[in-house]
Amino acid sequence: MIHFIARRFFHLIFILIGVSLLVFFMLRLIPGDPAQLLLGEFASPQDVAAIRERLGLDRSYPYQYLIYIQNLFRGDMGISIRSGIPVSEEMFVRFLATVELSVAAMLISSLIGIWAGVISSIRKYSAFDYGAMVMALVGISMPIFWLGLMLIYLFSVKLGLLPMMGRFSIGMDYETITGLVLLDSLLKGNFPLFLNSLKHLILPAFTLATIPMAIIARMTRSSMLDVMSKDYIRTARAKGLSYSRVILQHALKNAFLPILTVIGLNFGLLLGGAVMTETIFSWPGLGRYVVDSLLARDYPAVQGCILFFAVIMVLVNLVVDILYFYLDPRLRIDGKG
Amino acid sequence: MSLRTEKPYAPLVANLALWLCPILSPTALERYKGDIGRNPIGTGPFKFVKWVKDDQIVVERNEEYWGDKPHLDRIILKAIPEVSARFMALQTGAIDIADDLDPDSIQMAKGNPNFKAIEQPSVNVGYLAFNTKKPILNNKIVRQAVNHAIDKQTIIKTIFRGLGMPAVNPFPPSMWGYNFKIKDYEYNVSKAKELLARAGYPNGFSTELWAMPVSRAYMPEPVKTAELIQGYLAAVGINAKIVRHEWGVYLDKTSKGEHDLCMLGWLGGNADPDNFLYGLLHSDNAKPPAANVAFWQNDEFDRLVKEAQSLFGKEKRAPFYLKAQEIFHEEVPWAPLAHSTIVRIYNKKLNNVPLRPNGLNSFQMVWKEK
Repeated sequence: MIHFIARRFFHLIFILIGVSLLVFFMLRLIPGDPAQLLLGEFASPQDVAAIRERLGLDRSYPYQYLIYIQNLFRGDMGISIRSGIPVSEEMFVRFLATVELSVAAMLISSLIGIWAGVISSIRKYSAFDYGAMVMALVGISMPIFWLGLMLIYLFSVKLGLLPMMGRFSIGMDYETITGLVLLDSLLKGNFPLFLNSLKHLILPAFTLATIPMAIIARMTRSSMLDVMSKDYIRTARAKGLSYSRVILQHALKNAFLPILTVIGLNFGLLLGGAVMTETIFSWPGLGRYVVDSLLARDYPAVQGCILFFAVIMVLVNLVVDILYFYLDPRLRIDGKG
Repeated sequence: MSLRTEKPYAPLVANLALWLCPILSPTALERYKGDIGRNPIGTGPFKFVKWVKDDQIVVERNEEYWGDKPHLDRIILKAIPEVSARFMALQTGAIDIADDLDPDSIQMAKGNPNFKAIEQPSVNVGYLAFNTKKPILNNKIVRQAVNHAIDKQTIIKTIFRGLGMPAVNPFPPSMWGYNFKIKDYEYNVSKAKELLARAGYPNGFSTELWAMPVSRAYMPEPVKTAELIQGYLAAVGINAKIVRHEWGVYLDKTSKGEHDLCMLGWLGGNADPDNFLYGLLHSDNAKPPAANVAFWQNDEFDRLVKEAQSLFGKEKRAPFYLKAQEIFHEEVPWAPLAHSTIVRIYNKKLNNVPLRPNGLNSFQMVWKEK
């Protein structure tokens, strides 16, 4: 097990070098000059040249890359061209906002998705099954942008039930401890802020949850149907176990591996930030940051984020693999390596 | 205070009023150096409290302000990137003022008794630039033909929802030095065809029409506008293919002159004609990366604009600008499209909401009913 984890971390080094090389050169291949974009539509050529020199953009690409890698090994991701703030600092704050949103979205999508999938599978071809699978299809196909705006229109504008933007109400005071508002407000015993930020989380989390929820529901249903036809389920039933116990302990547990894969994959994707949802709900997360940085050709910021995503993806996959070991005893015997 | 320049340069005073030339505290500059932008120190009615990038900026009343004390305790400037969400935030009362709303939202807001609106002609221009370095487009008769082919009134009515006026000259009539004598090329399809025939293109020609990928006050819906223009050009036999690029690429390529026709615009930071005529049309700015995306070079125009820079006093400079606009009108390096009206929609409980043509505002006198 430890050997397995160590090997994954060893791989990570090569992945990071590869990703950093690719991102570095791909960014520079796209037309568009950070200095020009920084100074605006009609900057003078002299000013653009001065900024390019200050940012080191006038040096050769290999030289720029070497400097970048050198700094990276010192843990320095560079300074954002747009804001002059260190990239790691900017990224971290946004990442926490994204974590809060993604965890909430994954909780919603996993709970509802698995529940709907299980019910659908045990009541195969029932009205519930058809209804749930049609909903899942709609959920996958739904344009997030439209859904988000409609939810805002209904719940914020028309009904006035839920807030529609940001992590908590404008003007509420918030002292950062960890950067996760829900957690910090609890730690401080600030319940009004906790409730407020929880309310702020509902609409964006639900919007973000629709697609993974649909995928999880469909995956759960098909995986459950597969398992339910197995002999050991019949045996379990035959030995007189209650139906719910058979479903939850025998069927779901065995059907869980592919579901877990899907959950892990989607969680990894969500942690990379959700541009649409973050934009509609003015959520200061990582997705919008990457896109804004890319549009401004903020090279250090984009490079930092992509590297970070690579690490996140590797880590999430690692966690999923470790969970496999616990869920499936066969892997524990075979998978020593 | 005295400022010494190498040569007479009249627009200096107006340029110093641009947002990018504030007066800095020497002490703060000494202390923060390159970080001065993140630690703003000023003498205004509000004090900087905090900035959370891409999220919000908070300022509070400056109790020691030298002028009339501001009414508001604090102002929170919140980034709401999506325009429909911005409008809905206003509807829910989460915010009091929404900036940069699209014409459709503005129209809806105007019918709602909970909101008030102020309007103001902006000092901007949206235009279609001809790359005068390209064959066919280097012919001024062709450019005049295109000017006749475009129905600006319809663009104003449909795209701008009436919130704007057709542009005749490179800068809006609210600015000094505007030439009111110039009459616009009227929308006239047969005249456009006639001019094209005279230029040697009786069957039209094919060209590329570059559409901006982002909306601006001077061009609220660039792609729809481009499609309209494409239709107008087709009516006179010009086959224009719409080309789209991401904004950074668009600016890069247009500044290098890779386009045929491109859409752009300009918001004047001060009301000095030099800001438009020199910046966007003088040959000094026609070298890549160019701001003069028409790559237009006209010696007489250049001379007039340069000479106006060296004279002090609006009365002395204005005649040069009047003449320069005549040359522009004859040579038409652009088809000037529109000067938009800027509108600010706000909660009816607010009073004294300002709206300056350049979009920079002091909220010193604003107050809110409980």
